[in-house]
Amino acid sequence: MAKRSLLVLSVALATLVGIAAYLFLYLANVPGSARAAQTSSGVNLYLATVPAAAANDPHPTWVSYYVTNKQDTNWQHKTTFVVPANSLVHVTVYQYDGASGLRNPFISQASGTVGGTFTLNGKTMNAIDPANASHVFALPQLGISVPLAGVASNAKDQCPNAPCTLSQAHMTITFTIKTGAAGLYRWQCFVPCAAGYIDGFGGPMQSIGYMDGYLKVV
Amino acid sequence: MRSEPNHMRRFVALWLLANAIMLPIVIFVLAPGMPPGNGTEQAAGQVVDNTVLLALSTPVALGVLLFLGYTIWAFRERNLDGPVLDGPAVTGNSSVQMWWLITTTALVLFLAGFGSVRLLEDGSGGGQGPSPLVVPSGKALQVQVIGQQWQFTYRYPAYGLETNSLVLPPDTLVEFHVTSLDVIHSFWAYQLGVKADANPGVDNIAYVETRGPLSFEVRCAELCGVWHGYMYNPGKVASSKAAFASWIQSQQQKYSAASKVLPPYSHTYFPGPNGRSG
Repeated sequence: MAKRSLLVLSVALATLVGIAAYLFLYLANVPGSARAAQTSSGVNLYLATVPAAAANDPHPTWVSYYVTNKQDTNWQHKTTFVVPANSLVHVTVYQYDGASGLRNPFISQASGTVGGTFTLNGKTMNAIDPANASHVFALPQLGISVPLAGVASNAKDQCPNAPCTLSQAHMTITFTIKTGAAGLYRWQCFVPCAAGYIDGFGGPMQSIGYMDGYLKVV
Repeated sequence: MRSEPNHMRRFVALWLLANAIMLPIVIFVLAPGMPPGNGTEQAAGQVVDNTVLLALSTPVALGVLLFLGYTIWAFRERNLDGPVLDGPAVTGNSSVQMWWLITTTALVLFLAGFGSVRLLEDGSGGGQGPSPLVVPSGKALQVQVIGQQWQFTYRYPAYGLETNSLVLPPDTLVEFHVTSLDVIHSFWAYQLGVKADANPGVDNIAYVETRGPLSFEVRCAELCGVWHGYMYNPGKVASSKAAFASWIQSQQQKYSAASKVLPPYSHTYFPGPNGRSG
């Protein structure tokens, strides 16, 4: 009888420990945050978008944002970007992915950036062809939205997986945003870019840490 | 043996007294402050509907609660020191049963009729699908509400404009055409008294007659994905028609680039799979 009780108790304990471990790992698996670089030219945030995450990522086929540096050499898989309040933040996106196209062409125009514009490979503009959109960096709560043009489908030396290098085919998009009060603001992509999911809306589009994240204004 | 008082008479007297106290409070104090407020004709109509429902349900609720309280008090065991005895046997009362059936049937039938009449008056701010049963008279301003994971945009076909803000002119009949580009959303602006599902490939029409200036909030009321909880935006009814015209002009300038690439206005947009979304 005692032996049986001990067995039941052990199984119950092991189950509880398993559930607790699962919950802990689930809660602890929050994408990390990266602080924007403070340089003499101001606050700079360098991002990269890739057609597929790194080979060792839990989802190596998922499209994703990354944090990088000016030289695009220090790739970190983080989608919470920490920036100072009431500041101008210069954002640079190295865009390595091809075009998927926008569902709503309205989003092909930039909004909420300083001057309402962005630069695409050095050229100042305020909109792109909706069919050429690869991704969007949008903070709907702040009215900020910038379309990111895709790499041409016939471009040479396309980057298949993170990390990529500036020698590979890419688009460079820059824009400046003015942060307001401290707070946590969500960002997202508006292009249905999740390959392999119905209408491109699943997987990385629905998971914080890939095509969604936060802008933490401190 | 203690003689039993007339419980029915006592209970009815108590119930009438409670109603005499509570009904004026409910009708004149509580109900006028209930959501969704009086920002539009439809919202004000819903306040009236809620008042009628509350006024009718108050006597029912009071009856149930008082009956519970009265029985607990009146039929409690008084002889705590002696043995606990069973009470008198419960017997049916056909008169009570008959009146209960008559009253509840009358209430339900009245509410069914009342609801139908109210719905047929102006649509009550609900989405009526692509062929509305109730079309309020007068010239309407068309505003298309387009849901997308995870924001609403608003298209004003009369002005060739799409924007991510919702501003409406005062004292105007507005004809919302609600649709979606992806999954099912729901356009819910409760201060306007409007709630209509946004389904891909479906034109869901809802009517609202604005009154004076109003600030309101638009929320998605259909669980639609990871950022569903963030799918909201403020909106307002402008202070005057001139202020609305001025706002339209500013938005036309702001979104001139986007306006050039918008697809022709249509009641639904069901974009075919493109790129990776195929």
